[in-house]
Amino acid sequence: MHELAITQNILDISLRFAQKSEAKQINYINIIIGELSSMVDDSIQFYWETIAKGTIAEKAIINFQRIPAELICNDCGFSFELSTETFNCPKCNSHKVKIFRGDELMIESIEVE
Amino acid sequence: MKQRISIVENILSANDQMANNNQNIFNEAGIFAINIMASPGAGKTTFIIKTLESLQGRLRIGVIEGDLATSIDAEIVAAAGLPAVQINTGGNCHLDAVMVSNALPALPLEKLDLILVENVGNLVCPASFKLGTHMNILIASIPEGDDKPYKYPGMYRGVEALIISKIDLLPYVPFNMDYFRRGVEILNPNITTFPVSAKTGEGMDAWADWLVEKIKGNS
Repeated sequence: MHELAITQNILDISLRFAQKSEAKQINYINIIIGELSSMVDDSIQFYWETIAKGTIAEKAIINFQRIPAELICNDCGFSFELSTETFNCPKCNSHKVKIFRGDELMIESIEVE
Repeated sequence: MKQRISIVENILSANDQMANNNQNIFNEAGIFAINIMASPGAGKTTFIIKTLESLQGRLRIGVIEGDLATSIDAEIVAAAGLPAVQINTGGNCHLDAVMVSNALPALPLEKLDLILVENVGNLVCPASFKLGTHMNILIASIPEGDDKPYKYPGMYRGVEALIISKIDLLPYVPFNMDYFRRGVEILNPNITTFPVSAKTGEGMDAWADWLVEKIKGNS
C-alpha cells in the first residue's frame, strides 16, 4: 500500500530533474531498491499509469535494479545473501555477522529527450 | 537530444524534509517524541497506557494515535486524562511526516515534555517513513513468534529500543528467546531491549526509568 506514496515521490523527483534540464519527455527512470526496503516493484508500475498520466513522464519505463541484502561474517570474512531462516554464516556458522547492503531506496538516474 | 541525468536521491526525501520540520517544532517546544511501531495486536495502546502510568508526575505527556479509521485508541488514552489526537489514515498502512505535522496543532505543545506517537499496526510500511521523532521503538509480543526479525528485517533495522511484550505468556507459547535475540542483534547491534508485561507490570519501571534518563540526556 505504501507503494502509492513511493510512486508519487518517484514522479515528483523525476519531473523536478527533467524540468531543470528542459526535457520534453522522460523515457526511462532507473531505480535502486534494496531488499530490506520492502518495496514491491509491480505495484509501483501499476500506480504509475494513474499517477503519471498527463505528465511528460507518462510513457516512462521504470527499471528496477534490485539489490539483495548482503551480510559479511566478522569471523571468517565470508559474504553471503540474507536468508529468512537463519542469519548465521553458511561457511563457518558464526553468528557474528553484519548487514552491509540492502537498505537502498533511491532514484539513480533518468533518461530524457 | 537524448540524455541521461544522474540523480541519486532518496525516494522519500520529501517526507524526510517534512520530518526534519517536525523535529524542529518538537525541539523548539522542548519536547522529546517517540514513534511506536508494532504489528496489530502487539499491545501498543496498552503499553502506552502503562507507560503513562509509570511516568505519572515525572513528565507531561501527549499522545498521537494513528489508525486506519477508528478513534478507539485515542478515546482510551483521553479517558486516562491525557491530551490525545487521532490521525485516521483513511486506509493508509503507515503514518507519514505530513500527517504528524497536521496533528501537532491539536496538542498543547507548550505544556508537554514527551509525545508518544502510536503508528499504524504494521511491520512493513512504517519503517520507511520518518516522522521527525527523536526515537523509534518497536514492540514485539511473545505470541507473534520468535521468527519475526528474520521475516521483517527492515523493521528491526531502524529502531533504537525494542520492547519484548507479553512476557507473562512465555510459559504458554513456544518462543526461543535466544533465536529471537540473535536475529535482532545482527540486524541492529546497538538496540536496547526491554522485556515487559504491561499486564503484570513486570519490566515497565526499567523502561520508564531508561526513558526519563534518555530524555534528560537529550535536553
